[in-house]
Amino acid sequence: MSTEMQKPPFKSGVLRWIDERLPVLTWAYNELVVYPAPRNLNYWWNFGSLAGIMLVVQIMTGVILVMFYTPHADLAFDSVEGYIMRDVNWGWLLRYIHANGASMFFALVYIHIFRGLYYGSYKKPRELLWILGVVILLLMMATAFMGYVLPWGNMSYWAATVITNLFSAIPLVGEPLVTWLWGGFTVDNPTLQRFFSLHYLLPFVIFAMVFLHLLALHQFGSNNPLGIDLSKKDKIPFHPYYTVKDVFGFCVFLLVYGYFVFYAPTAFISPTNFIPADPLQTPTHIVPEWYFLPFYAILRAITFDFLWIVPAKLGGVIAMFASIFVLFFLPWLDTSKVRSARFRPIYKWFFWLLVIDVLVLGWAGANPPEGWYLVAAQLGTLYYFLHFLVILPMLGKIERPLPLPTSLSDPVLRGTRSQPAS
Amino acid sequence: MADSSVRHDEPAGGRRRDFLELVAWSTFGVGTLAAIWPLIDSLNPSAAVLAVASTEVDLEPIEVGQRITVMWRGKPVFVSRRTEEEIQMAQSVPLEELRDPEPDEARVQNPEWLIVIGICTHLGCVPLGNRAGEPRGQWAGWFCPCHGSHYDTAGRIRKGPAPRNLDLPPYRFVSDTQVLIG
Repeated sequence: MSTEMQKPPFKSGVLRWIDERLPVLTWAYNELVVYPAPRNLNYWWNFGSLAGIMLVVQIMTGVILVMFYTPHADLAFDSVEGYIMRDVNWGWLLRYIHANGASMFFALVYIHIFRGLYYGSYKKPRELLWILGVVILLLMMATAFMGYVLPWGNMSYWAATVITNLFSAIPLVGEPLVTWLWGGFTVDNPTLQRFFSLHYLLPFVIFAMVFLHLLALHQFGSNNPLGIDLSKKDKIPFHPYYTVKDVFGFCVFLLVYGYFVFYAPTAFISPTNFIPADPLQTPTHIVPEWYFLPFYAILRAITFDFLWIVPAKLGGVIAMFASIFVLFFLPWLDTSKVRSARFRPIYKWFFWLLVIDVLVLGWAGANPPEGWYLVAAQLGTLYYFLHFLVILPMLGKIERPLPLPTSLSDPVLRGTRSQPAS
Repeated sequence: MADSSVRHDEPAGGRRRDFLELVAWSTFGVGTLAAIWPLIDSLNPSAAVLAVASTEVDLEPIEVGQRITVMWRGKPVFVSRRTEEEIQMAQSVPLEELRDPEPDEARVQNPEWLIVIGICTHLGCVPLGNRAGEPRGQWAGWFCPCHGSHYDTAGRIRKGPAPRNLDLPPYRFVSDTQVLIG
């Protein structure tokens, strides 16, 4: 949008007539066809558009599933397990596409986020692009959580209970706030019905945010593996170069997605959720979906009162929310001007340490909060915040980055020149 | 970008690239249709809907001359135990007088029992005449109050805007006193 719009080559006078009055075609042409993309993007750059496709898949299957689902505490479980899974034509397929779709969506988005972390895509001038991404992540978490409650299995019920109870940790207003969230004195039908409403609403909010995310992306164009600003000659039109590359990536992704939908459809569904919600029977081991595990570990890592002011319960909630909110400040916490980790020899190591740290947190979150699991969760939590609040700000000051190329052709030329003459 | 002068082979019938493009688009098209189909087909009647798609009627308590209404697939079905006189009226009508010519034998399996879907073929109202005291129209069958269609004792359209005779549901006699509709 920073460059002036290019008119699409219209073959039809009708389209030109429409476009003169409502320039949506010009807009689509400029953003999706001629949009100049760096010519050195690697496959890690596929994950944004893949996540976009997953959003559409989730909305499409969701709109159909809603036609068969009954948002009532007495009927929800049967409408999912009885009606949709057994009676509705292809209902099993639609539900498994939707339920596993949530996992796929998060997997793609997490890779997309770590891609941004590695190549410094959050740095000036793309701070707002990054912040919008974090907003999308938060909305996705809320949507996924509420969607998980809808089948009204026993894990649905207790997940709703545990997560809404997080807010009871807030001093003074905590208890009335939770009653307000529930619409009662426990998780029950009113809770289910408002979750259903919001689960339908939020994806469209996400859709709008994705639109803004794209708008912000196209303002300065995509970052690239070298992290340097590219001139016009180092860019190629999005279509056909990246449409084809994205389609290929999508085909590979479909193999993975298809494997889960057709061969392991319940791999991500807790067996407990095949039992109807029972307010009298808490499952012995409550675990959230895998994509929440690292945050769950952070929540449970705070087992001690902090400075006699913050009780452990509130501390855990604060730490968990802070682990996401710290990402909002990342563009300013990372003081290095160099974007890509390729030219940051020390940051590269810390990046992989962070990946390992998050995996350890996920592993700890999947296990009971005791013994070594708890120690791992506590150390992991400590390191997570150290990374963002201490290491990144300091690293920018002490690290000596490798010399940056000035253009894409530059490193190639230097490479040939450095060949020994003999 | 690519230098178009270094194309190796360009046989007269079309290039490899054209073929690949065709295959790619066909695969994409077929794949999309296959992916969309479950979404569309899911809107068709589900197994739960189809499972209640037949209705069993006990004929025992119905007296001669009595008509009852039963529900089948959410629609009213008229079951009429016709009197001798009604059967006579239905059978004696010359076919050329009818808008939708059908002999009475084609509309019943057993002349005593007329079983028709109680929905006017005009715009879908339920005709009157099945309950005692309701107007039965000029031909002693049924009368649709919405737009004035008259049906005879075989459920055939005789007068008014309706285009067809009352539709017949699929049914069979399970025994002398039991009929299974659907």
